[in-house]
Amino acid sequence: MPTGRLAVWMVVVSEIVVFGGVLASYIMHRLAHDAWSVQAAHTNMWIGAFNTFVLLTSSLFVAFAHKAAEEGDGVKASNFLWMTVAGGTTFVIVKALEWTSEITAGYTITSSTFWSFYYTAAGLHALHVIAGVVILMIIAMQARKQMELHRVELIGIYWYFVEIVWFFLFPLLYIAK
Amino acid sequence: MAETLTAASSHGEHAHGEMSFWSKYVFSTDHKVVGLQYMFTGIFMGLIGGFMAYAFRMQLAFPGVEVPGYGLVSPVDYNALVTNHGTIMIFWVAMPVLVAAFGNYLIPLMVGADDMVFPRLNRLSYQVFLLSAIVLICSFFVEGGGFGGAWTAYPPLSAQSQYNLTPLGSSLWLVAVGLEFVAFLIGGINFITTAMNSRAPGMKAYDIPMIVWMIVVASIMFMASVGPLLAGAVMLFMDQNIGTAFFDPDRGGDPILWQHLFWFFGHPEVYVVLLPATGLVADIITVFSRKKLFAYRTVLYTVFATGVLSFTVWAHHQFVAGIDPRMAHVFTVTTLLISIPIAEMMFVYIATLYGGSITLTTPMLWALAFIAEFLIGGVTGVFLGASGADIYFHDTYFVLAHFHYTFFPIAIIGFYAGISFWFPKMFGKMMNETLGKIHFWGTVIPFNLIFIPLFVLGASGQHRRIYDFSHFPNLSAPWQQDLRILATSALLVMLAFQSVFLVNFVWSLWKGRKAGKNPWKSNTLEWTAESPPPHGNWSELPTVYRGPYEYGVPGRDSDYWPQNEPN
Repeated sequence: MPTGRLAVWMVVVSEIVVFGGVLASYIMHRLAHDAWSVQAAHTNMWIGAFNTFVLLTSSLFVAFAHKAAEEGDGVKASNFLWMTVAGGTTFVIVKALEWTSEITAGYTITSSTFWSFYYTAAGLHALHVIAGVVILMIIAMQARKQMELHRVELIGIYWYFVEIVWFFLFPLLYIAK
Repeated sequence: MAETLTAASSHGEHAHGEMSFWSKYVFSTDHKVVGLQYMFTGIFMGLIGGFMAYAFRMQLAFPGVEVPGYGLVSPVDYNALVTNHGTIMIFWVAMPVLVAAFGNYLIPLMVGADDMVFPRLNRLSYQVFLLSAIVLICSFFVEGGGFGGAWTAYPPLSAQSQYNLTPLGSSLWLVAVGLEFVAFLIGGINFITTAMNSRAPGMKAYDIPMIVWMIVVASIMFMASVGPLLAGAVMLFMDQNIGTAFFDPDRGGDPILWQHLFWFFGHPEVYVVLLPATGLVADIITVFSRKKLFAYRTVLYTVFATGVLSFTVWAHHQFVAGIDPRMAHVFTVTTLLISIPIAEMMFVYIATLYGGSITLTTPMLWALAFIAEFLIGGVTGVFLGASGADIYFHDTYFVLAHFHYTFFPIAIIGFYAGISFWFPKMFGKMMNETLGKIHFWGTVIPFNLIFIPLFVLGASGQHRRIYDFSHFPNLSAPWQQDLRILATSALLVMLAFQSVFLVNFVWSLWKGRKAGKNPWKSNTLEWTAESPPPHGNWSELPTVYRGPYEYGVPGRDSDYWPQNEPN
């Protein structure tokens, strides 16, 4: 396996267990506390669904960018990467608006253990989205100059990982009531 | 890159070559320099950890006395000392020295690469590690002093400052530990990718020296186990500082959750540091018994089995924490199972020695001591792994003596075995054998005299983390206090003998005999480079023709057969 891909997979493995720790803790708590479903009912499933859609679409653009990079077309890859950046940014903005409305409604991180998990898990994920967006922008700028095209695939692996984490967070935090 | 320095002048002096002192020794991306940086930082932290042991052992043997060089040990001080002694010795001594120092120094040299595949990532790893050490040391000097909630940091003690009395120290401790984990995650990526992708032409999987395999497996285990604790550290940090209640039972949290997150990492961690030590012992005993490693592939499969099993044993730390007794049975079985691969490894090493031409050099003595002392640690672990016996032994000095009989051979004996073996390669000089042997006996004998009494005390019911045993009538019999004084005296002797090592180290750097390329007549690739190897290691990268342990092959004139020699 190429060295860079191997290294990114290792980052992904070590991240999987970080999120695995948070989510396993959450699930164990949730199973033991039926009362949490009342609190979970306050989360807005439609906002979560919208963000899922945004992330999915942005991953599609990463796949297109990867294909373009394989064909050696850095400008095209860069364009697709910028669309992914737009998706990631939208995700974070929607998340910020959602949190603002919840905090103003009185549900803060210290309100209850459910809300602690809600903000911790989604916040940790959002930090990964922000980091991914920053790396995407760097790689998009490089790709436009036909530099380091193999990195397009590497950020793709990471971006799929971030997306798949969200696929666990969305049902656990938004759908399960 | 031009390397204009000779072996003799390359250490301790400012470089006169193209690189300045700063870019050569401080901000270097050379795997050898990064390895030595890790090693010297580890030794420095080891001195701090040893000093802490001295201070709290003095308090236990002579309660309330002014400890020379420290002063009066208050109860809060005592908690901070035992907490940080444990933390430092595991995370800032065993990890950097065994995994990072030997891993960085040896992996590229042993697989025949000119450097790690990600040199700048390597430098970043050390810098994050150094930052973590600085944060930890700073935590001793903030208001309230260093963290005093025990190295396992169980909440609610660790989460609430009205219990641990160290409000700032406990948060800084968490930050330091978190940074340290990040440093080793970054470093581990390098170890694995280098060993997988940068091997010399001809080096197949079964031609890789054992220590490289073991560090790679250890890095994979670390990577797969530390995440939940990192997540737990974030949660505990928020419990301490912004008022969440993940681990607070009064407000809907669960303190047992932390124990699971901690030990899910904490138990594989034992094997993360054990494996590099067993790897370097394998490399040393083959060289000094001039024999092929008995059953190379069996050892390797054993290592994999240990790695997998080590993820299934963590709850044996929690037998009395209120877990379901049926689960305790499961974890008893897995815990006792894991003693089988480890015992097998020890038998394989003994079988390697059998019939060999053994030379008792200093590194060989350390390697043999590792096997003997670790066996005691392993066998006493069987008592603790069985949930029935553990209910009695839990949290006594029996546990403490047990894990010191595992960690001392791993971290201290393993380090001395490795440094006395690879010192000629690292610095181009031989260490003094007489001083080395004085240091060896002056360390190993007192070590046993410290911890055998503690086994006895533990079996008599002496609990851990108690400031002054004179408050407990059934723990303050004269014979018990005598054993405490014996253990403390042995510690003082052992610490005093470490100065012999430091003298030997400095003296050998300065006046030691020139080592040459291959002083031990060893097969592995690092001995084909100059001592010390220049930047880039070889002018022409080696090619590998055979496995690393072809010693005493019948029908050959010389009793060793370097890996790079074409027949």
